[in-house]
Amino acid sequence: MAKSLTTNNRSTAPIVRIGVWQWLKSNLFNSAFNSLVTILVCLFLYKIIPPFVEWAFIDSLWFSTADQCRAGHGACWSIIPANIRFIIFGFYPYELHWRPTVAMVILIGLLFYSKNRNHWNRSLGAVWIAGLFIMGVLMRGGFFGLTAVESDQWGGLPLTLMLSVFGMVAAYPLGILLALGRRSKMPAIKTICILYIELIRGVPLISLLFMSAVLFPLFLPTGLTVNKIIRAQAAIILFTAAYIAEVVRGGLQAIPRGQYEAAESLGLTYVQKMRLVVLPQALKIVIPPTVGILISAFKDTSLVVIIALYDILKTTRSVLGNPSWMGFSPEAYIFLALIYFVCCYAMSNYSRRLEGELHS
Amino acid sequence: MQNGATANRALDDGQGVSFLNDRKVRAAAYQIAAVCMVGLLGYYLFNNTVANLQKQAIATGFGFLGKQASFEIGESLIHYSAADTYIRALLVGVLNTLKVAFIGIILTIILGTFIGIARLSTNWLVAKLAAVYIEVMQDIPILLQLFFWYSFFYDILPAPREAIEPVVGVFMSNRGFVFAVPEPHPAHVYMAAAAFAGCIAAYVLRRWARRRQEKTGRVFPVFICSLGIIIGLPFVAWLLAGAPHKMSVPELAGFNFQGGLNVSPEFGALLLGLVLYTAAFVAEIVRAGIQAIGKGQTEAAMAIGLKRGQILNLVILPQALRVIIPPLTSQMLNLTKNSSLAVAIGFPDFVSVASTTINQTGQAIEGISLIMLVYLCFSLLTSLFMNWYNKKMALVER
Repeated sequence: MAKSLTTNNRSTAPIVRIGVWQWLKSNLFNSAFNSLVTILVCLFLYKIIPPFVEWAFIDSLWFSTADQCRAGHGACWSIIPANIRFIIFGFYPYELHWRPTVAMVILIGLLFYSKNRNHWNRSLGAVWIAGLFIMGVLMRGGFFGLTAVESDQWGGLPLTLMLSVFGMVAAYPLGILLALGRRSKMPAIKTICILYIELIRGVPLISLLFMSAVLFPLFLPTGLTVNKIIRAQAAIILFTAAYIAEVVRGGLQAIPRGQYEAAESLGLTYVQKMRLVVLPQALKIVIPPTVGILISAFKDTSLVVIIALYDILKTTRSVLGNPSWMGFSPEAYIFLALIYFVCCYAMSNYSRRLEGELHS
Repeated sequence: MQNGATANRALDDGQGVSFLNDRKVRAAAYQIAAVCMVGLLGYYLFNNTVANLQKQAIATGFGFLGKQASFEIGESLIHYSAADTYIRALLVGVLNTLKVAFIGIILTIILGTFIGIARLSTNWLVAKLAAVYIEVMQDIPILLQLFFWYSFFYDILPAPREAIEPVVGVFMSNRGFVFAVPEPHPAHVYMAAAAFAGCIAAYVLRRWARRRQEKTGRVFPVFICSLGIIIGLPFVAWLLAGAPHKMSVPELAGFNFQGGLNVSPEFGALLLGLVLYTAAFVAEIVRAGIQAIGKGQTEAAMAIGLKRGQILNLVILPQALRVIIPPLTSQMLNLTKNSSLAVAIGFPDFVSVASTTINQTGQAIEGISLIMLVYLCFSLLTSLFMNWYNKKMALVER
């Protein structure tokens, strides 16, 4: 009561105009130590930034040949425009590049559409499935008069996006099943799930990728061969599912016992209880950490370089292996880092905003 | 009430319920089905593998480990030559992985703590720089960073002839870093022994001081005294051994440096990449740990008259560490697992040696099982430590 009274009578804070000097004084020079640190940091930045700007912008070449680059002092950004089609699309047939482009545009459109929480309903799932199907058809071809492009010719950015998006979409249900299994009261099922999750989480992704490259062919019946990309995709799905399982388990544990008991006392079966009462709440809690897993899955797709798949990192490296463009790796890697950074930053920013919305 | 309880028991006992709806029967059926499915899948894969191996005429088993490896390894902590066995080559790999992990973990904790504290600095510039660092490093794949640092050595740094010397005695070139180090001398062994003895003495001193404080209330300056013992004893040992001060300074001989301590480009790039990447995650953990301690704790500690150092040591750190240590351990494990990416830049860590072994012998199943086994051992050890720590630090609740 007293509190509400004081809030009602609270006068607004006096408007204080803070000048530049005042701001500098309170944020950069508020103590002797801080002043010293500020000066040292400024000196450091002065040593770093002007030479970098000179290298990256003033002396740099943007649309030139490799030989002109070698004559200059600055950055050779020309390596990007000169090889952009190969970096982005890899060995995909040159005249068919519009197909992966359209597929990527659809994917980005879907992601933007799903950003709005008002669009989260049953039809969104259907839209996604349709979208993924159309993307698959565009990439693979062979239907509707599109020329077939075998998946060993896929590469570059579409491959990176495909490995992470399909990896996530397929790993999600598997992860939920594993999490439910781990929380189950049946000892045999619980043991199987715990063994799987801990085994996968204990080994590096690269050992699974090696397994996909070398061992999966041995596991399959003789005569049946599966494409390298699909095998790597399977390894990524198996890997991501274990991490999703742990995140979902966290959500399941956070749901109060009363919810489980209330669902049981209504006479719901196990499936109904989980589908209608527990999972909708649990999955909502774990959206932010799930986006975190999506980010690391996206970054981890770059590991397929090691088993010689042509994702965007590998295409860039093979451009750098070309004798005429050798030695311009800082420029190429900075460009790639920018692509990864923009994607991951957008996702983590979104996750943070969502966390704020869901908490309120 | 009575009725409900009876009905419930009836459900559990399976009385008056049809056999198919009995809970226990159902649970058993589900579990048997699950085990059978996993077993069948395993049997199917096993069968296929055996058939494939027979067809390709690959012998299974770990017998190949005793054969001669006949490949060279660039850097090794123990003596190794191409004439040694595969098992010794793999041991070299494990030791190299442990070396990267050990040095990397120490550097990461130092850098991460530093950046985490900088992130909370009242200095706007420092806080923003730390935030930018954390965001950028977290959003770029570790493999790309490793390639970048590796190319930094090969494409940016000059040849040894024009090596950069940022500090006296340190040379940077495309052959890696070279440091001036003290010439090996028997005195170093004595110094190490003295430092070890100093640590034990400091531990005993701390226990004695605590017991005395509990009895009499008198405070003993433990920190200063321990520091004195741990630094002083090796110094005395050094003086007694005749104060050897000869340095091994790197000198240019032909195309490369002779003498000094050499850090290869592969090791340097791997360490640099892993430390800079993981430090960003550690910084976030440290920040969260410090922020988790309410302001009231500091104020309460001040109110009972503790000094600044005491507040940090006795009130803030014990609580912050409880929040920090578990995620920190998992980051350290991540660093160890990420060190397996050494294979991409040619540092001979365990995965890299194992993959060479697989390529040479064709023993893929054994090789990959070994990789998984070694990393599983690392994670098992880490989780054992975590459990021990959590038990030790668990809040004692009323």
